Amino acid sequence: MAKIKRAKNGRIIFTKEMKKDYTILVPDMLPIHFEIMKYVFLNEGYKIELLQTANPEIKQLGLRYVHNDTCYPALLVIGQFLDALESGKYDVNKTALLIMQTGGGCRASNYIHLLRKALEKAGYDQVPVISFNLSGVEYNSGFFLTLPIIRKCIAGVIYGDLLMLLSNQVKAYEVQKGDANRMIEKWVKRITEQFQHSRGFALKAMKQNFEHIIASFAKIPIHKVPKVKVGIVGEIYVKYASFANNSLEAFLAEQDCEIMVPGLLGFLMFKVDARIQDVKLYGGSRIKFAVATFLLNYFKKVEKAFMECVDKYPVFTQLSSYESTKPLVDGLIGVGNRMGEGWFLPAEMIELVNHGYENIVCTQPFGCLPTHVCGKGMIHRIKELYPQANIVPIDYDPGATRVNQENRIKLMLAVAREAMEG
Amino acid sequence: MKIGLDVGSTTIKTIVLDDNEKIIYSAYERHFSQITSKTAEALVKVREKFPQESSFSLVISGSAGMGMAEHCQVDFVQEVYATKVAAGKNAPNTDVIIELGGEDAKIIFLRGAMEARMNGSCAGGTGAFIDQMATLLGITPDEMNDYAQESSKLYTIASRCGVFAKSDIQPLINQGADKRDISASIFHAVVNQTIGGLAQGRAIEGNVLYLGGPLTFMPELRKSFDQALSLNGYCPENSLYFVALGAAFCAYKPIDLKQVVKDLAQYEAVNEFQTLPPLFDNKEEYEEFQKRHAQADVSYGKLEEYQGRVWIGIDAGSTTVKAVVIGEEKEILDSTYLSNSGNPVPIVREYLIRVYERCPKIRIAGSCVTGYGEDIIKNAFSIDQGLVETMAHLKAAQAFMPDVEFIIDIGGQDMKCFKIHNAAIDNIYLNEACSSGCGSFLQTFAGALNYSAEEFSRLGLFSQNAVDLGSRCTVFMNSSVKQAQKDGVSTEDISAGLSISVVKNAIYKVIRPSSMDELGKRIVVQGGTFLNDAVLRAFEREIGFPVVRPAIAGLMGAYGCALHAMETGKQKKKADGEKNPSEEKSSILSHQELISFVHEVKNVNCGLCYNNCLLSVNTFSGGRKYIAGNKCERPVTKRSSDSNHNIYKYKQELLAGYSSVRGKRREVIGLPLGLNFYELVPFWYKFFTALGFGVEVSPFSNRELYLAGQHSIPSDTVCFPAKMLHGHIQYLKEKRVDAIFYPCMSFNFDEGLGDNNYNCPVVAYYPEVIAANIKFEEKPVFINDYVGPHKQKFFHKKMTELLRHYFENIDAREVKRAADLAFRERERFLQQIRQKAEQIITLARREGRRILVLAGRPYHVDPEINHGIDMLMNGFGVSVISEDSISHRVSKFPVRVLNQWMYHARLYAAAKYVCTQKDMELVQLVSFGCGLDAITTDEVRSIIEKGGKIYTQIKIDEITNLGAVKVRLRSLLAALEQSDGNIEG
Repeated sequence: MAKIKRAKNGRIIFTKEMKKDYTILVPDMLPIHFEIMKYVFLNEGYKIELLQTANPEIKQLGLRYVHNDTCYPALLVIGQFLDALESGKYDVNKTALLIMQTGGGCRASNYIHLLRKALEKAGYDQVPVISFNLSGVEYNSGFFLTLPIIRKCIAGVIYGDLLMLLSNQVKAYEVQKGDANRMIEKWVKRITEQFQHSRGFALKAMKQNFEHIIASFAKIPIHKVPKVKVGIVGEIYVKYASFANNSLEAFLAEQDCEIMVPGLLGFLMFKVDARIQDVKLYGGSRIKFAVATFLLNYFKKVEKAFMECVDKYPVFTQLSSYESTKPLVDGLIGVGNRMGEGWFLPAEMIELVNHGYENIVCTQPFGCLPTHVCGKGMIHRIKELYPQANIVPIDYDPGATRVNQENRIKLMLAVAREAMEG
Repeated sequence: MKIGLDVGSTTIKTIVLDDNEKIIYSAYERHFSQITSKTAEALVKVREKFPQESSFSLVISGSAGMGMAEHCQVDFVQEVYATKVAAGKNAPNTDVIIELGGEDAKIIFLRGAMEARMNGSCAGGTGAFIDQMATLLGITPDEMNDYAQESSKLYTIASRCGVFAKSDIQPLINQGADKRDISASIFHAVVNQTIGGLAQGRAIEGNVLYLGGPLTFMPELRKSFDQALSLNGYCPENSLYFVALGAAFCAYKPIDLKQVVKDLAQYEAVNEFQTLPPLFDNKEEYEEFQKRHAQADVSYGKLEEYQGRVWIGIDAGSTTVKAVVIGEEKEILDSTYLSNSGNPVPIVREYLIRVYERCPKIRIAGSCVTGYGEDIIKNAFSIDQGLVETMAHLKAAQAFMPDVEFIIDIGGQDMKCFKIHNAAIDNIYLNEACSSGCGSFLQTFAGALNYSAEEFSRLGLFSQNAVDLGSRCTVFMNSSVKQAQKDGVSTEDISAGLSISVVKNAIYKVIRPSSMDELGKRIVVQGGTFLNDAVLRAFEREIGFPVVRPAIAGLMGAYGCALHAMETGKQKKKADGEKNPSEEKSSILSHQELISFVHEVKNVNCGLCYNNCLLSVNTFSGGRKYIAGNKCERPVTKRSSDSNHNIYKYKQELLAGYSSVRGKRREVIGLPLGLNFYELVPFWYKFFTALGFGVEVSPFSNRELYLAGQHSIPSDTVCFPAKMLHGHIQYLKEKRVDAIFYPCMSFNFDEGLGDNNYNCPVVAYYPEVIAANIKFEEKPVFINDYVGPHKQKFFHKKMTELLRHYFENIDAREVKRAADLAFRERERFLQQIRQKAEQIITLARREGRRILVLAGRPYHVDPEINHGIDMLMNGFGVSVISEDSISHRVSKFPVRVLNQWMYHARLYAAAKYVCTQKDMELVQLVSFGCGLDAITTDEVRSIIEKGGKIYTQIKIDEITNLGAVKVRLRSLLAALEQSDGNIEG
């Protein structure tokens, strides 16, 4: 068994030895994206497993081991980890946990520490926790992100975004129910196969894949009828994870809506760009500025390739490029607003309105700090500027009931239907 | 015929329209959570009423009707939308609808872009809230309306959620405020809650329609709205039925009524709730349980037959008055447990008179009182001593279990838990104002379902599938229950679920142990709520081992008081040397004095400081006086709290020194005194005055200032200090300054105590919320750009750019000079605070005073935000310093969280420092809704506890009642004294 080594602050280092026989658990947030990205790491020799559990004990464990006023995503993710460790499915002496650490002034940067505290409380302090971040904090000799890995991950993200975008626009109208989902499965399989053979990451290969993917979705027979179009925005975890948002997407589909969920790429670009904006606003290190600019430019290149391909098929709607959303928030919120979803959240709302998704569910964990400002704080102004916008903010937490949430969404939908029928 | 059904949280409303859309039938009925059967009944009634009719169409609306409609394949219309449809037909000129229902509050804006606002999941129900308050006052809602009509003044009652308001009202009741005024104040609070919580920046004007039960039945409530909005709203005919009416208007699809009724009978809601194992598997198990608990009892005697000295203990709690009389052997001679129906004074008087009558020769050797009503009862009846509740409960618990390790007391409104270490209180947990889902909640719920509290809880004992309702505050549980009802869960299972929730609340919200071992194995549970066997059983289940529940669980506070009176009497005797025991006599009023007892209440404004508290001055026969409603001791002792013992006072004085100046050659800049500006005003003041600008700083907050900005707050769950900013901006706008400067700051200054130096997201970006939610015309200009004084090197360049954007003739060198001065001014400001702390500490040590570090954020200096807790502490004879005045005494050390916020890094440092000082304790101030404090409180607690100290946390909000804070501080001081005594003894 691998020896446990600790860093100065007491955390367990994930060593090279551990890499060999430890299973790394990762909480799922976006089923398509994460499934694809998983293979990037499997190829690198990591034993990685996605946690897709959603049993009710998870919430209870979260409530028991995390301060109850902490945000809902922390509660769920930590609960999910503990539930996995308690399940008996994994050898707790050969399991590591991986958690995303975005950095920045939001509480989310503290999840990893709350997780370690919870592990200690629950008697699992031998379990190493790996921070997944781009800032180079918390070095682990057995796990680090190389440039090729980062590039491959970005590829995974963009495939996921594309499949999500296309399938949502087909699902609501497909003649044969389940066609879009089958197409997703087919492509996830094909892309991961490519990944296993170290193909499909390069820009050129991606472009080819994009073309094929879009063409195949365009071929799915649909029956276009007017439907209420709903955009979903909000705090990153509750927006995407159906476990956190009480299956919001499924509920909206049941209510006969077409949905649009903006992709993950934009959010990542926003996070990288935040560092550039900091230097622009306050001054600072040129090296950091250069590194961030380099990374952002790579993102932009991938984004451009993606957008050009989708553009060839006018049946599909896509939102504008990251950079072109900045002018939208001019006079509404500063691009220096970089904690949580920051200025990018209202930008996404306006984007959705501009592309015909005027009905918006803005999701956030109850008491989420950044979205007091960039979510709920902006809705009033956005509605003033875009009177057609029909936005409903919904809070999620372990105590909020589905009936309350769905009732509010139904009201939003009633207004939307009236507007549609004009 | 068209049928509209409105299945709400508490009622079912039916409307039938004929083919000309004329109402031909209407019905209104409470459903007592029998939703499906009552809905079916309502439909059967329609069929019986119109036996000839063959074609019916039906639409269901209402929050509880959703799942049912789906099941029976009946059309469903969202209730706000239904209201809108009805208003469109029956009151087409309406601009705004205000609708209060059982548990919902709604404002619907019809003019322009239609917008509907419903109360957030935290704001509580309004109709249910009024009912709850009426119960508290011991009157019916109708009577409340009549009382309000004759009111002469208004009290400030927190307008945020039911639980908060309740803790404002309770002390008013206890202080003897007039029911008429309280009733009117409750209506006023409902109005504030609705407007403040729901209008969110949009003006309510034009034709306003009032709908729903409370607004229909209570003209005084409508009047309150009229006054607050300065208009004349209109309550139309059928104002109760608008949702049902709208649903009926929407009905066009013909249905088979018989079939729907049949479907309803079969409707077994998909149960989404997790169920829990039954509390008792069988009767035998229950009997065994009862037998075990019956053992924990005291001995009893008969008052009439008793000869010798007695001691009286009184517990004047929030909703009940308890009293016991004990004899020489600690036996209970008599006891009482009465609801205090708003005013404890007459109840205690009657009880004492009864005691004297039953035992005319009684020799009362001592008396002691505890509870919310401690002060008033002590003064009214000349009781010998008062005892803080926690100590009273400890005394009583020790009588049952001398080596008790943990005590949990769940009463009507509050929950007290404390850990005992070496026979002294080591740690105290009181429920925050937000999680008080205690006894009175169970009681109210039982009442709503037409049961008595005992009946209701007994129902749950043998429930087979108790529902898991989660562990949240009352309001949250309310909506969970709503959902459970919707899903057709039986009353038995809900009852058991509620009992389990109360227990989970206590354990996971209040005590929050990391494991059950932390509680120890010797636990005593008490308080009226634990007399409920379901709650007791749920508790034992949750922690996994048996506990002791004294048979007098509801009387423990009073019993502890009586024991204390006896003990102190004995101690005194020892000290005074042996005297004739029969001479030992309580100062309590005699029979004669009680009979001629008079109690008068007068209300006056204090006026001794800017808080200007509304005081209730109670005068009793014999000239004894008791003043209530005060935040500090000043109106009582006439002594003011001074800055030699209070750094909060000193900081206020320092900040007040940055007074308005006119610009010599430039515009006037307004600086709002809010959030981070409590620390940055010196910096920016210097910066702008050095450049020749005039500066106007907004004043310390007060209630009026808050109300002036309340309508533009977009998020009702953000912290109170942030909400306060809206008022400050409004103030500066009215001052007609040229520009308001309130910049965004992702980063704070780096003091080297943490891994990073962020501001909290709310502090960092609140200027954006202001910009997006308050209208600015040409003047003042609102400047909320992003600035970063943490990068001192670049700061002046960036500021030059920024200023040039707004003002003419900005000289780069001048800005550089002003920036340098500003940095120096900030340093000077902090230096002054640190020096003052040094002086306070030295003086305190010379005078032998304890030093409390009241640790929060810079903005907790504001008197409206801290509610004068600093002065309250001074009143207890301790000196007060702040976290920022001592944090520099510690250098950076590792903590177990990401230490990335500057203000919070100070908290950890201050905690660390306190651990090194024998005579210092830390009290952490936490603003309700502060997300970051979910992280800091645990860490500060662990630093403090590792240092062998007692951690105390005080959560504050809009709430103005300091009762709970007092208990907490007195308990802390009592525990400290006790442990001092242990060390010395």
